[in-house]
Amino acid sequence: MPSFNKVTDLSTIRPLFFDGMTLLFGGFGGVGSPPGLVDCLIESGVKNVHLVGNDAGFPWIGMGKFICLERATSLIASHIGSNPIAGELMNQGKLQVEFSPQGILVERIRSGGVGLNGFLTEIGMGTKLEYNKPRVKIGEKEFMYEAPITGDVSIVYAKKADTFGNLVFDKTARNTNPYVAMAGKITIVEADEIVEMGELNPEEIIVPGIYVKHIVPSKGYNWKWIWEMPDKSSRNAPPAK
Amino acid sequence: MDMGDARQIIAQRAAREINDGMIVNLGIGIPSLVPDYLDPSLNVFFQAENGILGMGPTPKQNADGNLSNAAGYPVTLLKGGSYFDSAVAFGMIRRGCVDVSILGALQVSAAGDLANWIVPGKRVPGVGGAMELAYGAKNLIALMTHCEKDGQPKIVEKCTLPVTTYHCVKKIITDLAVFSIVGGTLRLDELMPGATLPEVQEKTGAKFILVNSVR
Repeated sequence: MPSFNKVTDLSTIRPLFFDGMTLLFGGFGGVGSPPGLVDCLIESGVKNVHLVGNDAGFPWIGMGKFICLERATSLIASHIGSNPIAGELMNQGKLQVEFSPQGILVERIRSGGVGLNGFLTEIGMGTKLEYNKPRVKIGEKEFMYEAPITGDVSIVYAKKADTFGNLVFDKTARNTNPYVAMAGKITIVEADEIVEMGELNPEEIIVPGIYVKHIVPSKGYNWKWIWEMPDKSSRNAPPAK
Repeated sequence: MDMGDARQIIAQRAAREINDGMIVNLGIGIPSLVPDYLDPSLNVFFQAENGILGMGPTPKQNADGNLSNAAGYPVTLLKGGSYFDSAVAFGMIRRGCVDVSILGALQVSAAGDLANWIVPGKRVPGVGGAMELAYGAKNLIALMTHCEKDGQPKIVEKCTLPVTTYHCVKKIITDLAVFSIVGGTLRLDELMPGATLPEVQEKTGAKFILVNSVR
């Protein structure tokens, strides 16, 4: 039976992270990444983590903070340009990076989150991003198979949650969060505001609480955005598209 | 011409490719300067792949950490604009709903192959959404300075950098010239102010044909 009150605190969350886990994280350049859960992950001391998320954040923003600690073994992402340390770790062989086209990556996570077995596309065929993905011929046309992605643990950031885990997001902080929430065996939500069941407008709920295991209250972003930094260029190589 | 001027000149020329009623996606780098030169009387919706259709200018005050463009800088939402998740953002891109995609480039080949995601061993930005924009956009325009800082041409017969997408670029705008790629052939359409044909010929690493108006 699913619990109807999933609200807890970080001391319950910390032991859920484990060495060698696959961790899916929401966020786009740190916007919509859960700051308290990233810090909780860092404090948990886990290592050899396999990360899946849109990007490597910035060195001081989002999952970038964890990546810089060299406790992630691999990363599947669409770009890492905003985190030069991730690039250095990749070039030194300390972080194995698989690049995936941005929308293909979110569809792979979605596929895992909705119980499907992946999909076919021609995007990326013949480029370095094909890696060793299988090719499938249907009629005269050849496609590439993209496998679904699921995670041992997913961490997401929501604007509002009710105690069952129904979620509402905020502007561009939604990004990959709904699908990351759906694709984790254990999905943990950090929410700015937690309300009683019945207080959210059912028409506005983006992720139904069925996917959510735990909810923790957020203290908000605890980093400075790139546009708030005194020297915007010093640690930032702008991401390519 | 210094690099800053060159970037502004390229952006200014690229703005002329945007017409009333268009849905436009702009990449990072030089493309992000294009809105500064857009005729304000045009109705244009910018799409941002982090989940906005109808992205407005940088707010003068009260920037919101949860409302940014794909580079992470604060923006606003125009009337009629909407927010959506990453799957929907790329669904509309792949499906061909974006009229023009303007991307920065590292190299473009004479056949329209785009390289813009990695310089192996040096810059590792990653592919982001470029492959899908190249796949789905009705028109793909590549912006770049004509040559590397060391003078190496960026328009080449065959890309030496890893390719993002093959046969996708329809137009190239540099600080020296505007090219089209028509039926797999590179065509010089326009010289930028101050540029001469011999200079463009010398600094372009691929053969091209001329339109009659260029002499």
